[in-house]
Amino acid sequence: MEFGLSDTQRLFERALRNVLAGHVPLDALHRLPASGADLDAKLWAALTELGLPGVLVPETFGGAGLGTFEAGLAAEALGSFAAPAPFVGAAVMAPLAILRAGREAAQAAWLPRIAAGTARVAVALAGLDAAAGSTSVQRHGERLSGRLDQPIDLAGATHVLTALADGTIALVALDAPGVRVTLRASLDRTRPLGEVALAEAPAEILTAGDDGRRVAAAMLAAGRAMLAADTLGAAQTMLDRAVAHAQQREQFGRPIGSFQAVKHLCADMATMLEPARALVWHAAHAQDGRDDARLLACHAKAHLGEVGREVARMATEVHGGMGFTHELGLHYWFKRIGSNRQLLGGPEQCRREAAALQGWGTT
Amino acid sequence: MDLTYSEPHRALQAEIRELARTHGHLSPKQGGGRRRPDARTLAWQRLLVERGYVGRTIPREYGGHGAQPDVLEAAIIADELARAGLYPGIMSQGISMLVPTLLEVGSEEQRRRWIGPTLRGEIIWCQGYSEPGAGSDLASIRTRAVVDDGHFVVNGQKIWTSSAHYADMMFLLCRTEPDRPKHAGLSYLLVSMSTPGIEVRPLVTMTGRAEFNEVFFTDVRVPVDQIVLGRGDGWHVANLTLKHERLMLGDPSKLVHRVERIAELMARAGVDGERSIDRPELRDRLLRLQAEVLASRCHHLRLLTQRARGEDPGLAQTIVKYFGTTLGHRLSALAVDVLGAGGLAYEPRGEAAEDDEATTWQIDYMYDVGLMIGGGTSQIQKNIIAERGLGLPREPRAAPGRS
Ligand SMILES: Cc1cc2nc3c(=O)[nH]c(=O)nc-3n(C[C@H](O)[C@H](O)[C@H](O)COP(=O)(O)OP(=O)(O)OC[C@H]3O[C@@H](n4cnc5c(N)ncnc54)[C@H](O)[C@@H]3O)c2cc1C
Repeated sequence: MEFGLSDTQRLFERALRNVLAGHVPLDALHRLPASGADLDAKLWAALTELGLPGVLVPETFGGAGLGTFEAGLAAEALGSFAAPAPFVGAAVMAPLAILRAGREAAQAAWLPRIAAGTARVAVALAGLDAAAGSTSVQRHGERLSGRLDQPIDLAGATHVLTALADGTIALVALDAPGVRVTLRASLDRTRPLGEVALAEAPAEILTAGDDGRRVAAAMLAAGRAMLAADTLGAAQTMLDRAVAHAQQREQFGRPIGSFQAVKHLCADMATMLEPARALVWHAAHAQDGRDDARLLACHAKAHLGEVGREVARMATEVHGGMGFTHELGLHYWFKRIGSNRQLLGGPEQCRREAAALQGWGTT
Repeated sequence: MDLTYSEPHRALQAEIRELARTHGHLSPKQGGGRRRPDARTLAWQRLLVERGYVGRTIPREYGGHGAQPDVLEAAIIADELARAGLYPGIMSQGISMLVPTLLEVGSEEQRRRWIGPTLRGEIIWCQGYSEPGAGSDLASIRTRAVVDDGHFVVNGQKIWTSSAHYADMMFLLCRTEPDRPKHAGLSYLLVSMSTPGIEVRPLVTMTGRAEFNEVFFTDVRVPVDQIVLGRGDGWHVANLTLKHERLMLGDPSKLVHRVERIAELMARAGVDGERSIDRPELRDRLLRLQAEVLASRCHHLRLLTQRARGEDPGLAQTIVKYFGTTLGHRLSALAVDVLGAGGLAYEPRGEAAEDDEATTWQIDYMYDVGLMIGGGTSQIQKNIIAERGLGLPREPRAAPGRS
């Protein structure tokens, strides 16, 4: 038993952070278009080189063969840099669904392409309750019609994977006939939004029925754990920047970090984040098929949603007027934390599911 | 990251479950700790020490179990005892603070003499630090001791001294070198509470019970060999004990148990026939707190791992007391809200008997505020987190506080 990073995990994290530091300077975030951002091809190529898209893909399919804990470390690193790269859907939820659905042909067809970075799969779970699935899409045999709202990782995606109310898990090519993609401006520019309209679009059915519902639940839980990790990284960056600013900015002839009011804001942020980090580790680790995977994912997602909101506000406050500007760019993390909170179910929703999982309450 | 139990860990788990089956009926009830342990508690404590569930890694020659340090064992023991509803052992300042301090800096003779009986609950200690004029700014204490004929002669006053009214011994911080700078003039003495010249006056706290005391010293003679380390080393030794006190006060095991108790309370029908667990707003609070308790438990495991690897936990360790005591208070606050107006009857039974459920929660709800103050207030903890953990500048001019 060891609750912490191994040496290899540390190396993995460091390598990833080095790449991100090189590719995602503040300028890169400033250059992101307000709407319909495409994929940052250079960043994607660098991340692919590191094996990020195939982090969960077994080595036999050309992936890194790592676990959900390492995926969580990666999500945290991406959040630290507010990196505009597909990950939660494309590198975690989609491959996890394909793996858990267990069809060998589909695995052999898709996993190598996902690992190579050539198939980028967005994920749409329209209904938040995994059991209910997407409600606005109908299936007729191997064709889908309807609308997928706000798939995760839609920008630059080649495919979308969706979970329907009847348990169907289906994969649709975005360049197929009957498919129309519309990207929309998003609060969080690092994660463009959009929708996919389907009119009798051809789909590959990965699984269905109860098995599909089980896969959808596992995929949702893993996605939540990753969003929690992303928020952890983003919030840590905001705290680090607040501390650095408090050390260097002077007022009344002394660094503002020597004023207790400022000091205690920083202490409160650290006090929330340190235990939150351990919870995220545990939740990410559990997604590799542990019994408590769903409960831990709900808790981590909800808790990081709350902690993230507090840290985002406090760290902005420590920066004074500067913190409120576009130029400083702190807002990219503020908004990333905000979008992570809402995606795949906000804190109240996650807590309600956590209660149900424990048989607590009837309403 | 590896959360699997090894074979010895599974064996330990099985062993404790077996103990629960064969000896569980001997366990005293949970709680207590604010009174002198009774015969039942002492017998149970002895059993825990014998089996190595208390003092597990303490060398045998000092009365412990002599096991190798292991990240998980302490957590398994706490979990398994809690699961079986068994008393986890006496939580006292002697066991949690003095014993680890003596292991670090005590003399061989001091370890052999004090650790065993303290572990077994036979010797109860109190902590003589705070004074009327020195709380957060602990280093400004004025109780003094001068050497005379092989003894320190102590004069002065302590205050807020928990358990002093039934303690056998005190670890006392006093000023022995008045000419040296504030922090360098202190010494750390082990004092028998039955020494002539010590007067203890209980103070009634907001819970209505006498929990802490004023202690007056008039020419109290303490043999010179009852000093820990040397003259002038008191600040260093006191800081070691305070580090252990902060970890004890922020220990998550108690919080895990509390979540379970509150969930159970909420699942019972209230006076109006409704169950709180069915009320979304109360249930949401429980879930929110459950996540934080889970986080605190994971954090604890992370700290244990860091310690086992010999890494410096730095920031991660400094938050434990502030986080844990605040969370504890929010938990008891939920329990008090769940009880509502029906929980307002307040009938503490004193030392002799168990309190009813509502009274117990009301006491905890108040006592938890005391825990946020004692052992260094939340504000002082935040100073420590910011200055030592995050590296922010120290207070200008202000004298360094209790740390
Ligand atoms: C239940 C309980 C049990 C206790 N048991 C013991 C015991 O067994 N032995 C023992 O020696 N003592 C004990 N104490 C005393 C405890 O350690 C002190 O009460 C505590 O350190 C605070 O000191 P004080 O009461 O003098 O408050 P003060 O130091 O006067 O503090 C009052 C307020 O001022 C704030 N403050 C003070 N200095 C600063 C600063 N530098 N920055 C920001 N804010 C500041 C504090 O945070 C607090 O809010 C106990 C206290 C309680 C409540």
